[in-house]
Amino acid sequence: MNENTIKIKDPVLSIGNLSVSYEKGKYAVKDVSVDIKRNAVTAIMGPSGCGKSTLLRAINRMHELYDNIETEGKLILNGKDITDMPTIQLRRMAGMVFQRPNPFPTMSIYDNVIAGFKLNGIRLKKKDRDDIVERSLRDVTLWDEVKDNLHRKGTFLSGGQQQRLCIARALAYDPEVILLDEPTSALDPVATARVEDLLVKLKENYSIIMVTHNMAQAARISDYSMFMYLGELVEYDKTKNMFTKPKDRRTEEYLTGKFG
Amino acid sequence: MDATSKILRDNLGRRTFKDRYFRGLVVFLSLITISPIVLIIYKLVEKGIRQISFDFIIQTPPDTFEAMTALANGELIPGGIANGITGTLMMVVLASVLAIPVGVITGIYLYENPGKPMANLTRNISDILQGVPSIVLGLIAYIWVVKPITNGFSALAGSVSLAIMMLPMIVRSTEETLKMIPQTIKEAALALGVPYYKVILKVLIPTGFSGLLTGILLGISRVLGETAPLMLTALGSTMINLDITKPTSAVPLLIWEFYNDPNMVDLIWSSSLFLMAMVLTLNLLSKRIAARTK
Repeated sequence: MNENTIKIKDPVLSIGNLSVSYEKGKYAVKDVSVDIKRNAVTAIMGPSGCGKSTLLRAINRMHELYDNIETEGKLILNGKDITDMPTIQLRRMAGMVFQRPNPFPTMSIYDNVIAGFKLNGIRLKKKDRDDIVERSLRDVTLWDEVKDNLHRKGTFLSGGQQQRLCIARALAYDPEVILLDEPTSALDPVATARVEDLLVKLKENYSIIMVTHNMAQAARISDYSMFMYLGELVEYDKTKNMFTKPKDRRTEEYLTGKFG
Repeated sequence: MDATSKILRDNLGRRTFKDRYFRGLVVFLSLITISPIVLIIYKLVEKGIRQISFDFIIQTPPDTFEAMTALANGELIPGGIANGITGTLMMVVLASVLAIPVGVITGIYLYENPGKPMANLTRNISDILQGVPSIVLGLIAYIWVVKPITNGFSALAGSVSLAIMMLPMIVRSTEETLKMIPQTIKEAALALGVPYYKVILKVLIPTGFSGLLTGILLGISRVLGETAPLMLTALGSTMINLDITKPTSAVPLLIWEFYNDPNMVDLIWSSSLFLMAMVLTLNLLSKRIAARTK
């Protein structure tokens, strides 16, 4: 572990010496070791191509969609070793939200929320289904807006509503960690503010890891921040500390807008 | 400054003229492109419409003598093309049943394995198959089905030749349709821990359903009017036949038979009009479906 990263007691997720390469000898993520705080928002920052998305996707192994991926390292989620867990099982424990809202275009709002159960053929009683849909939509503050239109297509919603629907879809599984890959980069400022408020509220019950391009956003809503550069974890600290007195010169230069 | 604006001003007239000339050319050539279809429909309607009636759809063709008598009395030729309509429908449905599953699954395979040598080979061979002359497919179906399986000309043999014609079109349109579905939709499903085969069956295919349907309808409309392979396989029949192991008629086969009988030559127009209407309907339907999804 590098001297600019802090230790976390009882982490929700512990990443040990994680390296990801897309090509032999070329690392997108290089030997990253970090512990993630439970019930907090952790932001991953860094310039384009620094490996922040790859790091996030390595957690639920979505990065394996690309060709020729090689991954080393260890992942412990809530005490369970998830390094070699089948992705089908792992991804139900780690919900993911993407840059662009991606509700399933053929499904209603209701079906989108329980899509994970539906697509996996998990049968639930109607009442349980209704409960999950209502709880998830309430969690993302979308319930009041859509409760009368639950059976309309999810794609009729505005971009911001769609993104909250996608968060609800990830919450329906009651995941142990939520991974967000620049969740507001395709949204307007008003919708962004709502999603940010939502994330702050959600951390009471969930642990959130979020990649963001936007330093101000990290400063606004994250409790802990990582700064990555060229695949390496340069610095990891409480957001407050990192933004006020960064330990590494590169972090300082990035935060003050000298590059990135 | 002055010199440049002078050059620009001097050129203006010539450039405006060129622009107008070019626009005119584009419009003229576009008109040439659409004129055949307009003329075809006009001619078919003009010469064929008077024979079209309910009887035309539900009756079988007259024999030469009946047709001759009707002609001599200046009456309309009696009878219709019911045997051709039922035969065409039966063979097209059977060909679809054979070609759609194979074509869609092959298309999914090509989409899932871009750049793999086996996929590239499959795609290239499928493209070559599209270029094989239809009469050759008829010959092949004759060798494969007529001789060994049905021991004679049959609807099944006709369907096999039509299915081979449809196959490459379905493969291509499946692959192209799936490629148009945003990667993010696939990611969304995978991130929910949905196994790969279920992502394809429950997310990709429903999302691209109208695209797949469009491709299939175009494939059907393409083989609907095929004549050459049917001559060597289904042969034709004067009666309505619903047995797939027996010779069967089809609308394009009837047109060919009417053409060869001087007494019935008038029927080619109404039969062609009917065939054209079927093809156009399918084409418009597939355009509708494609437009609705955009």
